[in-house]
Amino acid sequence: MQARKKYVLLGLCACCWVLLFYWGGGVQLRLLRLLVRQRGDLVRSWPNWTDRAFLPRYAHLDELQMETGMAESPRQRRQAWSAIYKDSHCRMETCFDFTRCRRRGREGFRVYIYPSEKTDRVSESYRKILASIAESRYYTSDPREACLFVLGIDTLDRDQLSGQFVPNVDDRIRGYPLWNDGRNHLIFNLYSGTWPNYTEDLGFNIGQAILAKASLNTEHFRPGFDVSIPLFSKDHPQKGGERGWLVRNSTPPRRKYLLMFKGKRYLTGIGSDTRNALHHIHNGKDIVSLTTCRHGKDWEKHKDARCDHDNLEYERFDYQELLHNSTFCLVPRGRRLGSFRFLESLQAACIPVLLSNGWELPFSDVIQWNQAVIEGDERLLLQVPSTVRAVGNARVLALRQRTQMLWDAYFSSVDKIVLTTLEIIKDRVFSHTSRNKFMWNSLPGGLLALPEYSSHLEHFPFYYLGLGLSPSQEFTAVIHAVSPLVSQSQPIMKLLQVVSKSKYCSQIIIVWNSEKPQPSRSKWPPMPVPLTVTDGRRKTTSRFLPHVAIETEAVLSLDEDTVLLTSEVNFAFLVWRSFPDRIVGTHPGATSGTP
Amino acid sequence: MYTSGKYNSRGPALIPRMKIKHRIYYITLFSVVLLGLVATGMFQFWPHSIESTADWTLDKRSIQDAPLIRLPVSSPIPERGDLSCRMHTCFDVYRCGYNPKNRIKVYIYPLQRFADELGVPISSTGLSREYNDLLSAISDSDFYTDDVTRACLFIPSIDVLNQNSLRIRETAQALAMLPRWDKGMNHLLFNMLPGGPPDYNTALDVPRDRALLAGGGFSTWTYRQGYDISIPVYSPLSADVELPERQPGPRRYFILSSQTAIHREYRAELERLKEENGEALLLLDKCSNLSQGAASARKRCYKGQVYDYPQILQESSFCVVLRGARLGQATLSDVLQAGCVPVILADSYILPFSEVLDWKRASVVIPEEKLSEMYTILKSIPHRQVEEMQRQARWFWDAYFSSMKAVGLTTLQIINDRIYPYAARTYEQWNNPPVVKWSSVNSPLFLPLIPPRAPGFTAVVLTYDRVESLFRVITEISKVPSLAKLLVVWNNQNKSPSEESLWPKVSVPLKVVRTKENKLSNRFFPYDEIETEAVLAIDDDIIMLTSDELQFGYEVWREFPDRLVGYPGRLHLWDHEMGKWKYESEWTNEVSMVLTGAAFYHKYFNYLYTYKMPGDIKNWVDAHMNCEDIAMNFLVANITGKAPIKVTPRKKFKCPECTAIDGLSLDQTHMVERSECINKFASVFGTMPLKVVEHRADPVLYKDDFPEKLKSFPNIGSL
Repeated sequence: MQARKKYVLLGLCACCWVLLFYWGGGVQLRLLRLLVRQRGDLVRSWPNWTDRAFLPRYAHLDELQMETGMAESPRQRRQAWSAIYKDSHCRMETCFDFTRCRRRGREGFRVYIYPSEKTDRVSESYRKILASIAESRYYTSDPREACLFVLGIDTLDRDQLSGQFVPNVDDRIRGYPLWNDGRNHLIFNLYSGTWPNYTEDLGFNIGQAILAKASLNTEHFRPGFDVSIPLFSKDHPQKGGERGWLVRNSTPPRRKYLLMFKGKRYLTGIGSDTRNALHHIHNGKDIVSLTTCRHGKDWEKHKDARCDHDNLEYERFDYQELLHNSTFCLVPRGRRLGSFRFLESLQAACIPVLLSNGWELPFSDVIQWNQAVIEGDERLLLQVPSTVRAVGNARVLALRQRTQMLWDAYFSSVDKIVLTTLEIIKDRVFSHTSRNKFMWNSLPGGLLALPEYSSHLEHFPFYYLGLGLSPSQEFTAVIHAVSPLVSQSQPIMKLLQVVSKSKYCSQIIIVWNSEKPQPSRSKWPPMPVPLTVTDGRRKTTSRFLPHVAIETEAVLSLDEDTVLLTSEVNFAFLVWRSFPDRIVGTHPGATSGTP
Repeated sequence: MYTSGKYNSRGPALIPRMKIKHRIYYITLFSVVLLGLVATGMFQFWPHSIESTADWTLDKRSIQDAPLIRLPVSSPIPERGDLSCRMHTCFDVYRCGYNPKNRIKVYIYPLQRFADELGVPISSTGLSREYNDLLSAISDSDFYTDDVTRACLFIPSIDVLNQNSLRIRETAQALAMLPRWDKGMNHLLFNMLPGGPPDYNTALDVPRDRALLAGGGFSTWTYRQGYDISIPVYSPLSADVELPERQPGPRRYFILSSQTAIHREYRAELERLKEENGEALLLLDKCSNLSQGAASARKRCYKGQVYDYPQILQESSFCVVLRGARLGQATLSDVLQAGCVPVILADSYILPFSEVLDWKRASVVIPEEKLSEMYTILKSIPHRQVEEMQRQARWFWDAYFSSMKAVGLTTLQIINDRIYPYAARTYEQWNNPPVVKWSSVNSPLFLPLIPPRAPGFTAVVLTYDRVESLFRVITEISKVPSLAKLLVVWNNQNKSPSEESLWPKVSVPLKVVRTKENKLSNRFFPYDEIETEAVLAIDDDIIMLTSDELQFGYEVWREFPDRLVGYPGRLHLWDHEMGKWKYESEWTNEVSMVLTGAAFYHKYFNYLYTYKMPGDIKNWVDAHMNCEDIAMNFLVANITGKAPIKVTPRKKFKCPECTAIDGLSLDQTHMVERSECINKFASVFGTMPLKVVEHRADPVLYKDDFPEKLKSFPNIGSL
């Protein structure tokens, strides 16, 4: 009896369980999910609604095509904007006077420098900047034709504690008749703010002037208006500049050390958080991260427990040696966001690993930094070692070459930094004849790809491979003629025959540089290709003028007395097609190159 | 089991034993059932995680089944978006973590319907078709996770695509109700039509704390650079109308304006342009005589003539996209779809996906002020560039505008690139259309470096058992001034290299590497012993190259470090009769390959050959014991897009030992086999990467009538 009762109870329990299991609302599903989750294939996805087809559109076509509320006149709106969006909200369309740059191309973009007063102390760096502008092709000494104005007052160092600080800037610029609340002015700055917070404060009101500043913060950066420039030392050469240190692509591309840092750490104040943590990733083997507390006068006052040990370790390694022998270089923020070591590691082909949150990188408008540096996050310092370890060899090779490309194209001298700044602003002013990002980021760099020549990539000799193109099949012969036309057996006649017989020749241009006037059209022999004669105004360089008549990429530049065979011309052209970015010539006389 | 053996022999003991066994059996069973019951119950009522409150099924469901949530009037409202938000201040990266795939995980909230206390829904449309498409696309992508704890980015299922259909305050309350809202941290909202009459804000007006906004129509003042994402305004016509891609080229009209809601000031300006330039411009407006409705949105008129929209867009080279009340216009999408180059006149507009897309290659942006100069500006663009832009415009539409899926996944990819910048997609990946991606070349050695002469080169000699010939080769090469090291790859497993004392005495280090298998690809292995960039691959029977020729070859390689520099050249030809590629070793005017029996190249190509060779080419080479040189030529030409460089007049190696093999029949089978290799490799690469050139490199004074002793490389072509 007892046994039966027990079995009934057992049976009931089992029934309950089964019932609960089957109708217990999703238990089986959850169990199923648990099982499935372990196998990891079925994920709860967004449901495929049965009534999906009946869902309404997010907007009716009419609503998209016909908006209401267009009462305000666009012209009035633009004027209203200029009044509202000023100072920290400046944009080119509200704070820049385009009418000053009306004339197109180079002529329209002229830069005027205020004369500096005798009492002014101008720092070495600012002197270089001004010299670069004055020597550039955009310089003008006439403020009336200027599109952009640069101050003669040194504004590079706005740290009040610094010896280079220039006081009373505000009063002085207010006195300038051209100041116009800073419109069309360009202000250079490397250091702003002072201890302890190092704010972005310049100590004077820049108004609507464009700011070209180092260590710019994304928050204060006025996009499309300001230009972020790199921090450079006073020893940075004005011209020329040292090339990057990479001379060969060794493989495997890893160097002795994986990652290195050697620098100060701040015991207190802004920027100390990041730098005080750097020692955590130091392992003494492939990651060398050294900090010293020794800086300033009273560092011993704030000294902490690690200082002595750190200072000892710090002395063991040489910065230059690490720079040469490390694959990656940490570039953490200092007191300010940018630091000298950014350019140093770029030049040394030591791939920068940035730990500087909120830093608007130099020339960020145009440079694709993620192809040259590793952008870390200050919050994720401890992930940095595993991140850089995970970067593959092929990518290291690419990143490293790109550091060199950028260094040589934009940073190696003050001249390049300043010109890049001007070119960026010019591209904004003449936005429809400007360089695209591809031109800025591929060899040989934006400074050498002039948009006045063309905005079309195919017209340049540099981009054929990157775009999967090959140079065209035709060339234009440009013959430089100096002697008058007297007989039909003159060398130039033979040359014309030879060149025009080439199957690749599409047209011939004669640059007439003789003292005698141009001979009449009938004096020239009949040609299978079009023949144009232009006046060279007796200048030797006129042979290299970008004649509008030249429609091909290839130009064969010839002297009138060049002796060549058609097959030589053909061969030289074929060689040029293999090396479109070089000048290809037969030995003594003729050269063929690109326009 | 049995406590003692004696129970076995005793009969009566059986019964109590059975009972005991029974009881144990019963108790076990009972406790299992009870435990199961308790466990199931616990499982049922245990508060799992927040999402378990929202139910879901595997079956199909209707949207009406989504739970309805009533918002209390006093429910909190998020703060207005903070304009200073950036990824490093308002985004919690710790949620994304470090992961080897470098891919963020995105969670989508289950669908809920929200209404206020009176039961009025917060949105007049509820979930729209577009937002539903977007969410299902994300849910089908590898960004998606259904595990809220693993997610790095959260997407609410509240549809805010069109602000006009929203009740702002209630929508904001609904957002704040989301279980993981946490001040909007790591939340992403999609909005295409921001603002409303009369002032039309350029960003969504719904207060949203720190949430990221993917908005269509940002101006530079509302767009938080590096935080928000500018997205296109999706045009429903993308799905409804199929416009076949047209070949780029000149079109019937030069400029076309198709928008209907253009401010009269601008329309007057356009009319003036039309007067000046006549037929080249076509100014369309809405049709006044047609009845309202869906049809009118698909028609445009000019002086009584009716045109189909958006088909008419394909008839023009440039299409005007003027700002309306809003900056973002759905017309932009239609224009791109038609392969018409957009001329964008919308000051301060942040173009869609401008963070990654290079709009200068697909559009012309003109300040509104310069509308009157539009014609002159557009006329100054070269024809070929216009064609290029037309192609680019269509590609942008195909890749980034064509569907809500494209819009959604592009947005996520951009955020992903920010969080894992070291794994970000490149400019080329974002901007190059497939045609260019296929044909363009991004050489891994793109920097034009001229390596210094000093490190010299490493000669890698492949040998099997021709010791005598090998020793002669070693002796010859050791005379080359720039030789840095000799590496002998001993490919014979059955025979040991000769004793050290028997090897020729050379002034540079000599290393012998014994291989495990007799494979041809061993010669291209990136041995650690190779410390120089330059590698000279040389066979053990090449004794006829002079020291001058080798040194000159090295100098030429320094000038072209990304190319193969070799001595005898070969050519590939297309055999029209057979419809196949053919290998050619006879006297030809052209060269497309150099033999690696003696060739200089960069060590990096050894890596690529060993680890990155496409398809089964490496195995094919080892199986056939042939064509490793052709494979190398293919590899290098494919990644650099450049032809090899042939140095010196040499076409064949005259080698005394080889004459036996040079017999005619053998030679023919050899040629057939080599031709086969070319065809095989071309099919693996999917294209013919080899480049043909008609020139070679010789010393500047080569063959000039000039005293030999004054030439740097007198001894060239002399053997």
